[in-house]
Amino acid sequence: MSTLHIPKAPARPGEQPDFSYLRTSPAGAVARPAIDVPASETSNLANEMVRVLDDSHRAVGPWRSTLEPELLRKGLRIMCLTRLFDEHMQRAHRQGSISFYMKSTGEEAVSAAAGLALHDDDMLFPSYRNQALHLLRGRVLVDLMNQCLSNTRDMCKGRQLPVMYHWKAGNIFSLSGNLATQFPQAVGWAMAEAIQGKNRLAVTWIGEGSTAEADFHYALTFAGVHRAPVILNIVNNQWAISTFQGTAGGEQRTFAARGVGYGIASLRVDGNDFLAVYAATQWAAERARSGVGPTLIEHVTYRADAHSTSDDPSRYRPKDDWAAWPLGEPIERLKQYLISQKEWSAQHHATQEEELKALVVASWQEAITYGSLSDGPKPDPATMFEDVYKEIPAHLARQREQWRKERG
Amino acid sequence: MAKMSLVQALNSAMDVMLARDPAVVLMGQDVGYFGGVFRCTEGLQQKYGAHRVLDSPIAEGGIIATAIGMGVNGLRPVAEIQFADYVYPAFDQIVSELARLRYRSAGEFFSPMTVRIPCGGGIRGGQTHSQSPESLFTHICGIKVVMPSNPYDAKGLLIAAIEDDDPVIFFEPKRLYNGPFDGDPEKPATNWKGHPQGELPEGHYTVPIGEAKVVREGSDLTIVTYGTMVHVCQAAVKAANVDAEIIDLRTLAPLDTETLRASVEKTGRCVIVHEATRFSGFGAELSATIQEECFFSLEAPIQRVAGWDTPYPLAFEWEYFPGSTRVVAAIRRIMSVA
Repeated sequence: MSTLHIPKAPARPGEQPDFSYLRTSPAGAVARPAIDVPASETSNLANEMVRVLDDSHRAVGPWRSTLEPELLRKGLRIMCLTRLFDEHMQRAHRQGSISFYMKSTGEEAVSAAAGLALHDDDMLFPSYRNQALHLLRGRVLVDLMNQCLSNTRDMCKGRQLPVMYHWKAGNIFSLSGNLATQFPQAVGWAMAEAIQGKNRLAVTWIGEGSTAEADFHYALTFAGVHRAPVILNIVNNQWAISTFQGTAGGEQRTFAARGVGYGIASLRVDGNDFLAVYAATQWAAERARSGVGPTLIEHVTYRADAHSTSDDPSRYRPKDDWAAWPLGEPIERLKQYLISQKEWSAQHHATQEEELKALVVASWQEAITYGSLSDGPKPDPATMFEDVYKEIPAHLARQREQWRKERG
Repeated sequence: MAKMSLVQALNSAMDVMLARDPAVVLMGQDVGYFGGVFRCTEGLQQKYGAHRVLDSPIAEGGIIATAIGMGVNGLRPVAEIQFADYVYPAFDQIVSELARLRYRSAGEFFSPMTVRIPCGGGIRGGQTHSQSPESLFTHICGIKVVMPSNPYDAKGLLIAAIEDDDPVIFFEPKRLYNGPFDGDPEKPATNWKGHPQGELPEGHYTVPIGEAKVVREGSDLTIVTYGTMVHVCQAAVKAANVDAEIIDLRTLAPLDTETLRASVEKTGRCVIVHEATRFSGFGAELSATIQEECFFSLEAPIQRVAGWDTPYPLAFEWEYFPGSTRVVAAIRRIMSVA
């Protein structure tokens, strides 16, 4: 008799966190193949786990790269800034200053390390928990805060939920708010790059939950068929709002393993290991830039906090389960590595924290002078009729006139 | 000038644009080596190469999504959806992404692409090869919606669509591909040779998006229509022996309200004709607009002729298709109001 399998979260509220399901590999244990390895020979990479930092904060194995300490300190700084920014914005939401927010706590390395391994002109198609990409590319906090405030300097002109940033000058695509749609768009961008004989990469991120969308399948199909210069990142933070990664298909095999079936080289990486994310991204970038083709990377990490400010994870998972996560915490791991290398110290770190906190506060104080949804100067609502089309068509010009008249 | 069928006119438009603009690429199922199931892209891959005329996997959502990305990266993609009936997997990418990208990014990002969609019935295609879903798209702000009724307009509008920086949904009434069709399936098929709109320049020209055309001037009533039904209405007007003004919309969105208003103010009577189903069809928008704009000129209730509100039935195609008999009946109804 057939039975319907219902994937079950390993622990619910009131229970002890249980991460025994998580399969890892020892740091340094997974081989680093040549960048032109056939996709069909990457099955082991898709099922094991690329790790560089071991439990003693040493960098070990074939994926260890010789990264300048200066770059590592930059990565650490961006991760710390991202976390402080997130915390500040969550408080701003609680105080009613912004309507919504999404933190990236616990998964900062996925964006910061990847961003560091790419060229500045590579085109990024992020999801909504990749804010570190903006900061890494030099976007000032005030710009991001202005967007969250929908104020007079909001890059989206008041049209988008908080965190739906875009930055053309920084080569970061617009966040839709619809899940997974950016994944095949990134592949198309990469196809156009190859058609035009240029050599920039498209890089995109998706959550493990939304790999269930057809767009994920489209992206892998087109990327595999055309060997597009694209890096397809799955951020497996174990949770899609309240549903555990098993609901998205993570029980039977890894998310990375899907890529091999599409003829795409695939890696599964410790997403809380800054050095591993960097090395995997660098490997994939070199592979794409040399014309071999796309790479799928699953970053195994943990969503430390709520899905968004509208979510309450205490209703579906054990409190503070993040503390039990077997892959640790990305900032602490990189910090300890740098300290062990004598390239950083607890004192340096404490000083930097104070500096970054002051930066966040000063940025916020500047941003709110440009207004918010509830206070201060207001953006001109007449702009809501703009950018629907390149030019305002007659019917919208008429509606704008009607709007002016009726509001008095 | 050259004589072309509607298929050849579309082919010529794409040929002209591929030659003029290296950013133009074509993509879709069977459009490359084979030249398309309706032959609209015949010979173009051979002429411009497989990198510019791409055979795509059977994934409408993937075709539109990748075309959006290509457009963001400087290309001007022309994506073909093989039948309108197959566009729905791409609906999210069109509605939530393509149509709103410029808006949501405050003008920073856009994708200047054209989506070619063969539509309509009269080809014994049953419910999966006959649909007319244009009103699903006219409801979406941020895209333009076009449907030509003859080779001259088809080429000029397609070139205009490709050159447009806004996304254009380009519906092609496939019953008109090889000749005009007046709605009578018993008559021998006609071709575009000898039809005035089958004669057109070989090179570049445009028909502006957003402009309707009065294809027959008259004073008794106004018939507003588009696509295949333009020809059906011309036959119906002859049969009814009335002096009707026939407007071929050519562009559904943005709508040329001025041409509608001028005509209905003159005639005082209006019949709206489309092949698509009636309820919430584009005719409802037309009727509401004309009522708002021309209420004090109207001498009779606006009439609509449309497909029945059922799926498109294979065996009863000619009971379903709104042919000239039904248009004549509507003309008689509206003319009988004193």
